Amino acid sequence: MDAILFLLFAAIAVVCAINLVLQSHPISSALSLVGVMGSLAVLYLLLGGEFIAMAQLIVYAGAIMVLFIFVIMLLNAGTELKTKRHLWGMYAGVPLLLALVGVVGYIVHDVLPASGAVVFGSFQHGNPEDIGKNLFVNYLLPFEVTSVLILVAIVGAIVLARKEVD
Amino acid sequence: MQLWLIPILPLIGFLLNGLFGRKLSKPVVSAIAAGSVLLSFLWVLKTLSGLGAFSGGLDSAYTEHYYTWIQSGALNIGVDFAIDRLTAVMLMIVTGVGFLIHVYAVGYMDHEGGFYRFFAYLNLFMFFMLVLVLGANYLLLFVGWEGVGLCSYLLIGFYFLEKYATDAGNKAFIVNRIGDFGFSLAVFLIAIHFGSLDFGKVFAQAKDLPVESAPGWVTAICLLLLVGATGKSAQIPLYVWLPDAMAGPTPVSALIHAATMVTAGVYMIARSSSIFLHSAFALDIVAIVGVTTAFFAATIGLAQNDIKKVFAYSTVSQLGYMFLALGTGAFSAGIFHVMTHAFFKALLFLGAGSVIHALGGDQDLRNMGGLRTKIPITFATLMCAGVAIAGVPPFSGYHSKDAILSAAYQHAPWMYWVGVITAFMTAFYVFRALFLCFFGEYRGHHHPHESPAIMWIPLAVLAALSLGGGYINIPKFLEPMFPLAEEGGNEWTVYVSIAAGVGGIALAFLFYVVAPSLPEAIANAFRPIYTLIYNKYFVDEFYDATVVNPAIDGSRTLLWRGADATVIDGAVNGIGKTARAVGGVLKLAQSGYIRSYAAWVVAGSIAVILVMALWGGAR
Amino acid sequence: MPPLPIPEAAPLSWYLILSAILFVLGVAGFLFRRNIITVFMSIELMLNAVNLSFVSFSYKLKQNDGHIFSFFVMVVAAAEAAVGLAIILTVFKNRQTLEIDEVSSLKN
Repeated sequence: MDAILFLLFAAIAVVCAINLVLQSHPISSALSLVGVMGSLAVLYLLLGGEFIAMAQLIVYAGAIMVLFIFVIMLLNAGTELKTKRHLWGMYAGVPLLLALVGVVGYIVHDVLPASGAVVFGSFQHGNPEDIGKNLFVNYLLPFEVTSVLILVAIVGAIVLARKEVD
Repeated sequence: MQLWLIPILPLIGFLLNGLFGRKLSKPVVSAIAAGSVLLSFLWVLKTLSGLGAFSGGLDSAYTEHYYTWIQSGALNIGVDFAIDRLTAVMLMIVTGVGFLIHVYAVGYMDHEGGFYRFFAYLNLFMFFMLVLVLGANYLLLFVGWEGVGLCSYLLIGFYFLEKYATDAGNKAFIVNRIGDFGFSLAVFLIAIHFGSLDFGKVFAQAKDLPVESAPGWVTAICLLLLVGATGKSAQIPLYVWLPDAMAGPTPVSALIHAATMVTAGVYMIARSSSIFLHSAFALDIVAIVGVTTAFFAATIGLAQNDIKKVFAYSTVSQLGYMFLALGTGAFSAGIFHVMTHAFFKALLFLGAGSVIHALGGDQDLRNMGGLRTKIPITFATLMCAGVAIAGVPPFSGYHSKDAILSAAYQHAPWMYWVGVITAFMTAFYVFRALFLCFFGEYRGHHHPHESPAIMWIPLAVLAALSLGGGYINIPKFLEPMFPLAEEGGNEWTVYVSIAAGVGGIALAFLFYVVAPSLPEAIANAFRPIYTLIYNKYFVDEFYDATVVNPAIDGSRTLLWRGADATVIDGAVNGIGKTARAVGGVLKLAQSGYIRSYAAWVVAGSIAVILVMALWGGAR
Repeated sequence: MPPLPIPEAAPLSWYLILSAILFVLGVAGFLFRRNIITVFMSIELMLNAVNLSFVSFSYKLKQNDGHIFSFFVMVVAAAEAAVGLAIILTVFKNRQTLEIDEVSSLKN
């Protein structure tokens, strides 16, 4: 049952990703990305990461992608034009990327040939309580730093995007 | 005994005059300069009498050690001063004649610019010469050697605004340098073979060397020392700087190029007699160089028209006599001649200076004449010098020259005969100069006047010494150091040399007083020889063509353009050019396209992953 | 129908290979698309792939540190998205174009 769920949602994720790359209008790409994030959330659940799955849906799919779509609508981005220069990039880049996948896949298979199967429910520490404990005990400093980071990002975004005051 | 005071007093004079002379008045400057030399002379007298030199003492050297200069492995060189009888003679000459010349110079340089600078240099010269003479090892001698060379350069080029003067100074220094190179090599060899540069140690070891089968390096040392001496004492082939050195003021010519500096080479060989006595070959070379130079320079002196040049070639010739004496083993005769030569040659130069001063700067013999009534004191003193140098008994030149010629005859008779002919020529050209100057009608346009007392008093003192100095029995004084040879039964050699001297005077009298048209006729009859002699055998031109011009051209093309401009500049500029070129190539990677950067990142990460996987393992 | 040879549960390596495929697709989108916003979204896709990888390893190691890393990645991605989009807005205001190749004034 776990395997079928994995295969199903993995397929959805890959198809949406390919769609993101191949679509010409940014809006279509954004919606595909939402699809990817959704299927990834399910996979996180399979891996026992409940908190992360929810955070993914709320933060990533719910906030960041909405921001993307707002900006696309604001900028009135149209379809991308196809030019001839595309093609040499394809010829050079596609083999490169296939090589990257091949290498990584090979390594993974080398290192983890027949590692344990992922059984839904065998990982129990992904609940908010355990994550909260780990976060505020072991990773307190990075936590504080990231809050400063968010503050800086807010200020930066406001400064960059405001209207020029004459 | 405080030997260090002897050179330090002139050094103090140099410092005072050099630093403050610009603000001091002329009497103060002259008092400092001459006074320091006088004090040095008095201190010499006090030291020598304290050591018993005047009463038969001072058989061995008296040394004072000041501090250790070099201590390197087995080589230990200290700053030591030593006095023995040879040093005593040289000290008396240097400080005594030096003092007289200082007094003379006060009057002579009165009208010249750079008064304090002149006396500062003169005092510096005295300092270095005294260090040279007092030094107890070869290194200190070399310090003094180089120092007097420096002062000679400074003083020859005293009128530094004239190109001929600065050229002459350069020539003197550079030619000396060639000799110094030989001297340095000799010093290195001495340090290697004797293990020390100290005179005492070196000569003690040298005495133990076998005489007949002395190793080749002894001869090498002697020949290299000779090279140094030919540079400093103006022998063939390095004499060419001395006639040009007449560009300096006349007191400089008298002090440096007659009485003291040029005798440094003679002193050095006399000092190294222990080494030279072990190489008969080197002594032969010394004698041959000496007698050849004496003859050669005398022939040139026959035809010169500048009064100072005549005396310059005379100096070269007399130095040749001294080398002849050293080469035949009569070291004390050579030193004796140093002393008498100091007297009469200094007198000749100072007298010539007096004549030039009287004529307002004119040095050409063809513009002189009939001056004996106008400048009588100068005339009288110069006549004393003339008879002294001609070797007329009982004056000083006769005693020393006779000693030399006797030793020459015992060594090799042909040297004696060449020496006699040279004596004849010496008497001839000196009296030619004197007769042309003082007899006949005055051919110039100036108003000759006698020199002031401050100038003729030293002349008078030197004249007295020239006449009576022969009775200071230097050979006997130096006997503990240089044993006297036995007298051979060759009395006739003495008479022949006297006859040569008197004959020269007579011939000069004939040519220039009785029949003034005769010289012209003879010169025309032997025109080619006359031209050769008049142009100094074209030696300077020969040196220019073979040595000087190739050196300048080689330096210009090879070193300047080749090495410096091409190689060094090329390397430095090349580094800059290469950096620019590499940057020019690398900047093409900055295409400005973000996607190309990303592509490079991906390619790089693939490479890194591959490397990690294949070599490091993915752990 | 014969039973398909599907294992009972998916082995962990499959998750990692999926993560690699998603990452490579993100790189492809980043290299081959010319619209700045699409490029940005490809970057987000890459970050998601990495998150999956973190969580997978965290499962293997039986610790939730991977979850926390993933959480921080999400935070940083959010901040980056905000600032990046602000920059894109500014670039659009100045150059009126969303082509990534036009923004090349740092050439050479």
